[in-house]
Amino acid sequence: MSDQDKIIDEVVASEYKYGFYTDIEMDTAPMGLSEDIVRFISAKKNEPEWMLEYRLKAYKHWLTLKEPNWAHVKYPAIDYQKIIYYAAPSSTPKYQSLDEVDPELLETFKKLGISLEEQKVLTGVAVDVVIDSVSVKTTFKEKLSELGIIFCAISEALQEYPDLVKKYLGSVVPYKDNFFAALNAAVFSDGSFVYIPKGVKCPMELSTYFRINAMNTGQFERTLIVADEGSYVSYLEGCTAPMRDENQLHAAVVELVAMDHAEIKYSTVQNWYPGDKEGKGGIYNFVTKRGVCHNAAKISWTQVETGSAITWKYPSVILKGDHSIGEFFSVAVTSNYQQADTGTKMIHIGKNTKSTIISKGISAGRSNNSYRGMVKISKSASKARNFSQCDSLLIGDQCGAHTYPYIEVNNQTGIVEHEATTSKIAEDQIFYCNQRGINNEKAVALIVNGYCKEVLNQLPMEFAVEAQKLLAISLEGSVG
Amino acid sequence: MLSIKNLKANIEGKEILKGLNLEVKPGEIHAIMGPNGSGKSTLASVLAGREEYEVTEGEVTFNGKNLLDLSPEERAGEGVFLAFQYPVEIPGVSMMNFLKTSVQEIRGYRGQTQLDAKSFLQLVKEKQKLVELDTKLTNRSVNEGFSGGEKKRNEIFQMAMLEPKLAVLDETDSGLDIDALRIVANGVNTLHNKDNAFIVITHYQRLLDYIVPDFVHVLYEGKIVRSGDKSLAMELEEKGYDWLKEVTV
Repeated sequence: MSDQDKIIDEVVASEYKYGFYTDIEMDTAPMGLSEDIVRFISAKKNEPEWMLEYRLKAYKHWLTLKEPNWAHVKYPAIDYQKIIYYAAPSSTPKYQSLDEVDPELLETFKKLGISLEEQKVLTGVAVDVVIDSVSVKTTFKEKLSELGIIFCAISEALQEYPDLVKKYLGSVVPYKDNFFAALNAAVFSDGSFVYIPKGVKCPMELSTYFRINAMNTGQFERTLIVADEGSYVSYLEGCTAPMRDENQLHAAVVELVAMDHAEIKYSTVQNWYPGDKEGKGGIYNFVTKRGVCHNAAKISWTQVETGSAITWKYPSVILKGDHSIGEFFSVAVTSNYQQADTGTKMIHIGKNTKSTIISKGISAGRSNNSYRGMVKISKSASKARNFSQCDSLLIGDQCGAHTYPYIEVNNQTGIVEHEATTSKIAEDQIFYCNQRGINNEKAVALIVNGYCKEVLNQLPMEFAVEAQKLLAISLEGSVG
Repeated sequence: MLSIKNLKANIEGKEILKGLNLEVKPGEIHAIMGPNGSGKSTLASVLAGREEYEVTEGEVTFNGKNLLDLSPEERAGEGVFLAFQYPVEIPGVSMMNFLKTSVQEIRGYRGQTQLDAKSFLQLVKEKQKLVELDTKLTNRSVNEGFSGGEKKRNEIFQMAMLEPKLAVLDETDSGLDIDALRIVANGVNTLHNKDNAFIVITHYQRLLDYIVPDFVHVLYEGKIVRSGDKSLAMELEEKGYDWLKEVTV
């Protein structure tokens, strides 16, 4: 049996296997958001004074803002006072060996398929595991530190490298940027901090796993990646979440800084719980992701989004430096009652900048999938080039696909190309596969994987396999 | 091998097959001819299991099994192959990947071992030669950018790869020039043996010069009204279908 068949069989047979939660003693804040809660969070993490001040400023600003509602998504109003903004496992200090870790926690990692010692050591991936707002263990720190690479939790970075964090935090996504960015800046609890020194090419893929565990706990991750001049890093973000009835908010902020001649490759395979077949429960994924490129720098966002009840995110690149490059490769699948309003923004500021956007949307069931992209070429951006291709694939006749491309060109020498296609998986194609012995599920998986090939090829290999699995799970039952 | 008794089928409420009868034994080549609208493609679609066609009456038995009970992919596993009149394109899915999936699925259904990569490639090379199919084409997406003739040859190529027991060729000769016709016919003749059977659906007698049938049936208004040997095809060519209308009661 081909590898592809094996994978698909496995997947079709398995339930959403990450559906469970760990029952360990939690240090949780009382429900609701106030200045006291913000102070509570900062105190829990023992943060420097300037960090608390930053949070408070952000919180005060957030209070003045109204939640945006321009996206093509519908959801019941979020009561921000009914969310718990901090939850951490009670054993907080770091561990020298796994023996010291709460065994229930280790069990969780096992269920996630993360055997910190075995799997990651073999594949050479350093892992910073975040469980409900607190990082528990970081592997490979020593190896990376030999190269001068810093890969640790933001909370730890604030203790050990405060100046570095202070220099860049909020420089790409200021708290004034939008409603959710302000919220995140006030209450973020943890995330990854990565710093690659000048000229260093990070020798391994860096990755982080997230979990949302306690009920009503919003996840407010904050990730900051800084690649100094001439450096390279590839970062993988892969998320899982347990089955839940209440909707859970995920308002993360990811900032990428690529200095002159540096390159950051950021890949995401999103696996949040999407809500059941009737559309109940599921994660709300409202994320602000942005990168800034200096001269001759490059940032690539590659994502496969198949989870979340609602996805609202636009990984973007600000092409500030001359000759800088921004890329966005995305496959966004919506099924059942999921909704997605996602896309990217490429802002050309420097000279001779280039951006590429390849977006593949797949809608099935009664879902709604919108691509919203902006290509902005400012007056100063001479000889800018953009190529955008956004394709929509519809499966069945109850779903929707929408495209909102915005193109703004303020410099005469700019070249912007935009292509879009909309297609259906034709019954003829499925029948052709049937007649050759391939059943409906496998036929759809075959056709969808072919459709997404361009994007899947951008992913680091182990992610590409997981991505194929996810595509198959999320389209289960959408045909026939 | 194949026994069709009083088959009635309609599509969108309109009855097309009005009581068709046909018996096909292993080793036989049956040709089915008839004017447009007589039900030739409907027959092919019903045998393959296309959902849009509703079978209202009749039986179809294939090697002792009730064919109408099986899904299209099960029928393929049992050994039914349809060479489409208009093969569809599937962009993004490579011919190799498609073939491999197909071959392995059918082998799995039949309880045969899965082919390893090397054996599979060998099989592909072998069968490609049979239909003189350019290697370049197998690197492309399924039927994408193929000319009409290439698509038809690709159908025969897939047939060679899957080794069916019953192959239904739905107007495989339409749109083919003499050379392509010769190649297709050669492929069919080479694959033909005493254990498998072919139903060749065609408008024109010309194909039957190359693929010599054991039986020729004329399908008219949803029923087989006349059967004979290959000379019947010649007679039709000379006299046209109108002759039939006069002769049929």
